[in-house]
Amino acid sequence: MIPAAFEYHRPKDMAGVLAVLEEHGDDARVMAGGHSLIPMMKLRMADVPHLIDLQDVGGLSDIDVQSDTIRIGALVTQHDIITNDALTAVAPILREAALQIADPQVRYMGTVGGNVANGDPGNDMPGLMQCLDASFTLVGPNGERTVAAREFYEAAYMTAREDDEVLTAVVIPVPSGGYAYEKQKRKIGDYATAAAAVQLIKQGDTCVHAAIAMTNLSDTPIFSEDAGAALIGTSLDDAALKAAVAAMLNDIDPTEDNRGPIAFKKHVAGVILRRAIERAWSRA
Amino acid sequence: MSKKMHIQINVNGKDQEFLAEPRELLIYTLRERLNITGPHIGCETSHCGACTVTIDGKSVKACTMFVAQASGKSITTIEGLGDPDNLHPLQSAFKEHHGLQCGYCTPGMITRASKLLEENPNPTEEEIRFGMAGNICRCTGYQNIVKSIQAAAAEMNAAQEAAE
Repeated sequence: MIPAAFEYHRPKDMAGVLAVLEEHGDDARVMAGGHSLIPMMKLRMADVPHLIDLQDVGGLSDIDVQSDTIRIGALVTQHDIITNDALTAVAPILREAALQIADPQVRYMGTVGGNVANGDPGNDMPGLMQCLDASFTLVGPNGERTVAAREFYEAAYMTAREDDEVLTAVVIPVPSGGYAYEKQKRKIGDYATAAAAVQLIKQGDTCVHAAIAMTNLSDTPIFSEDAGAALIGTSLDDAALKAAVAAMLNDIDPTEDNRGPIAFKKHVAGVILRRAIERAWSRA
Repeated sequence: MSKKMHIQINVNGKDQEFLAEPRELLIYTLRERLNITGPHIGCETSHCGACTVTIDGKSVKACTMFVAQASGKSITTIEGLGDPDNLHPLQSAFKEHHGLQCGYCTPGMITRASKLLEENPNPTEEEIRFGMAGNICRCTGYQNIVKSIQAAAAEMNAAQEAAE
């Protein structure tokens, strides 16, 4: 498999990246680990006349854990997330999700930035970031701006990022309470048939905060506000769980593909969400 | 055709310099340009792991990296781990414990396992299965691959203790 020819750029700083983007517009594309883009280029489904490799751009590979926020640079890999103990101590859901992405070799190369910026509905980090109410830092010719993960995804591969902008970091409010990232996949390395990210806060026997997002069940990740609301104020009895699942099913819009027909996907989505809520509650 | 780039890589301790189109996949650089044919092409779609090499301390599928990305980096292939007269403990263990049948996946398996044992010298069976999940074998059913890696780990740990 040989991709179409391209010009390769490896700028040393963000100014260099933006200059290539400005010069070549739609014909240029940035690449982090390349494990989504390179397969698409090999299949000639992505045509990238000017490929901008971010690997030499400084300041994009740090995980910075502060008292109330976590900043993860765009080039931080899934492997970096899995092996960063300080991060796992404050936000264990990130490690739990990263361990379920692809396989070991891919996790050494696959980045958080690529995963959230690509806009592939199969990617796990976008739903997770919506659950955690993260925001994305975008840098472009007019400087820096921030977009909430819950506002970022418009359709498959369509996001709020402009063509001349680069996603440089993910900023996450330090989560609290119980967590779970639950994923059903056909085999190692596959995208989710259904996956759920859940964060819950428990006071006494009552759920006082619930955030729920679903992966690969629509053309974007789905933050289901109604599913979370169905749990708040309850003790997560069976009626509350059923109401949350029903609310989630109302928000997703899966399509039939080789992972199964629509009815099956909805069934799996319900099972996975229930498991995720129960596990998050047991840790809350 | 895009213009060729000057590429510098180090493979198994030897510096290599040449001109190549940036779109050349690293697996082809290794196999066809440098005649290093240990890493195999199985699926060529980032799934099977037969092309696994170690690049600057990471296990990487060489079918999913452009040679331009690898420029400036150090690469270790199965050829860099041992040779017929001086097998790596993993190579001996795969031979001893029947960790291969057709052998096609073996260079990738052993290269990946070498990195796994470097990060976790004493893995459980579950950790081996999880850590080797990027490598597919269609012959063995994996049982003897796991046994081989466990045996190599024991051998390497014993050698390490003897040296201390």
